[in-house]
Amino acid sequence: MEPFKKLTSVVTPLNRPNIDTDAIIPTEFLKRIERTGFGQFLFYEWRFDEQEKQKPDFVLNKPVYEGSNILLTGSNFGCGSSREHAPWALSDYGFKVIIASAFADIFFNNCFKNGILPIKLPEDIVQQLFQKINEHESFQITVDLEKQTISDSQGFQVIFDVDPYRKECLLKGLDDIGITLEKEEKIKQYEGSYIVI
Amino acid sequence: MSPKTIFEKIWNDHVVEEEEGKPSLLYIDLHLIHEVTTPQAFEGLRLAERKVRRPDLTFATMDHNVPTKDRFNITDPIAKKQIDVLYENCKEFNITLAGLESKDQGIVHIIGPELGLTLPGKTIVCGDSHTSTHGAFGALAFGIGTSEVEHVLATQCLQQEKPKTLEININGDLPIGTSAKDLILSIISKYGTNFGGGYVIEYTGETIRNMTMEERMTVCNMSIEAGARAGLIAPDETTFAYIEGRRYTPKGEELTNAIAKWRQLATDPGATYDKTITIQANEVVPQVTWGTSPGMGTNIMQSVPNPDDFATKTEKEAASRALDYMGLTAGTLMQDIPIDKVFIGSCTNGRIEDLRDVAKVVKGYSVAPLVNALIVPGSQSVKEQAEREGLDKIFLEAGFEWRESGCSMCLGMNSDVLAPKERCASTSNRNFEGRMGRNSRTHLLSPAMAAAAAIQGHFTDVREWKFK
Ligand code: SF4
Repeated sequence: MEPFKKLTSVVTPLNRPNIDTDAIIPTEFLKRIERTGFGQFLFYEWRFDEQEKQKPDFVLNKPVYEGSNILLTGSNFGCGSSREHAPWALSDYGFKVIIASAFADIFFNNCFKNGILPIKLPEDIVQQLFQKINEHESFQITVDLEKQTISDSQGFQVIFDVDPYRKECLLKGLDDIGITLEKEEKIKQYEGSYIVI
Repeated sequence: MSPKTIFEKIWNDHVVEEEEGKPSLLYIDLHLIHEVTTPQAFEGLRLAERKVRRPDLTFATMDHNVPTKDRFNITDPIAKKQIDVLYENCKEFNITLAGLESKDQGIVHIIGPELGLTLPGKTIVCGDSHTSTHGAFGALAFGIGTSEVEHVLATQCLQQEKPKTLEININGDLPIGTSAKDLILSIISKYGTNFGGGYVIEYTGETIRNMTMEERMTVCNMSIEAGARAGLIAPDETTFAYIEGRRYTPKGEELTNAIAKWRQLATDPGATYDKTITIQANEVVPQVTWGTSPGMGTNIMQSVPNPDDFATKTEKEAASRALDYMGLTAGTLMQDIPIDKVFIGSCTNGRIEDLRDVAKVVKGYSVAPLVNALIVPGSQSVKEQAEREGLDKIFLEAGFEWRESGCSMCLGMNSDVLAPKERCASTSNRNFEGRMGRNSRTHLLSPAMAAAAAIQGHFTDVREWKFK
């Protein structure tokens, strides 16, 4: 996994609550057997019409948000399925940071495992960020994982929480499986002491 | 020793390592796998030259993609590839597979319990969010992502943050004509789709105690729709009776010992939950959803809500967008909404008792002329049982299609999909935008309610049904 440290980008606003994994990537596109290539299907039904033409009104289709790495969105983002295709699609499309006031549990976990930093902020701060984008379409922020800060060039700054362990894994780009495999002795010991019925 | 909840007992039993500030390392007793969320995990193993640590604790089936009509003729090349790849991976890594040709094949959450793989006290994971279903047996069961599937394959362990506990205490009798599905839908529509976020739910109370295992599975299945990590019900005599005699269940003395151990798996008196809510089952009315999230539901006596009646701006906007998508007008009586399709099946309601409920309602009736209705048994074994009982004849005579087992229309990954704007009464668990195909409109309800809707051509209060 690639390490994540610091990032500056325009923020893409998608102000809807309860965006589910089927909206993030419709089930008809889940049949690939690779991890890559899902970005083209991200938010497919919102991005494209029935003739597969881009819908100009949808925020991701606006030229200012092209290449943006930060998604600002409504509460309970990523609810629904446990399928990792949702974070794969987001990361393949280019999003490295997702900001919302609440995330669905499984999705939240899956993000870290795919090098995406999900940031939970209080609802009023999320709304404040949406407001800033309203005033200025190409609003940019810097996310610094080391310092756990989000800031803009005008002096706005908030501190966000992140689990210290997850933080370390992201900063170093560590692989979970490798870490667990180093505990082979403990796993063996456990297997020796516990009988699975 | 301090009193503990059932969740804490199972959790403590499975901790391999616990360290301050890090997720715990949990041992996994049963890993269920299927064709959609595993190809990338096996690929990862191969690339890193890793093995499957415990093929004996891993069990595979194929369900999401499989055709329910001509099951060996998979026309979609990519679906076929996923299925072929699962065959190859199971062979290469020595994993037992209930493939298309197997009598054991079915939706992963239906066959686990059927085969006696799902047992009390186990930790069970699967790359599918409705793994919460298995919690009905007093197992700690939850869905995981593909990276975690790979992690469990390689290590038989999982890194997990310890969730909090939420008790939902339910008392009273469910009124005649209502079911476990109505109960759980009404809880979600009352409390929303995120009230369980960060929690494992334990369902307690006499209503749950009086339920059959299949009803308990329906309730636990939808815990994830409340945002919870898992749903749990302490095992009791009903559980033990269900388990006995199944293929992978312990036998003889081993079973007696196991049951003695399982009896300890109840929440101790005095143990505390992080949160508790109480529900009166006798107030439950048959439910139908009107929107694009399982929480957007109401009961059959109500009408489509007006977005203006919601409290917050966000809710108003969400409701108005949902009505727009669903093609509904505020104020329309739920009973007056006509439907095009009916889907009976899925891991929520694709078991034999569900099919019996449907048969009771449709016996002697015919499906409404403009409605296309589909019954998809949850497993080959459910299909066989239904046929032994002659239910298939009742369905076919009434004009239903009777299919092979699989997830089918529940997620629209195979050819069972709705056309744009088609409206479906469905016994599944998700009514998200596009879930059953592009611009598809899904209404969630119980099997009996779906059956009545199929006959009438619109939603109907099944409590007033004239059974023939
Ligand atoms: S029936 Fe539906 S919800 Fe259940 S496992 Fe299959 S796709 Fe998932």
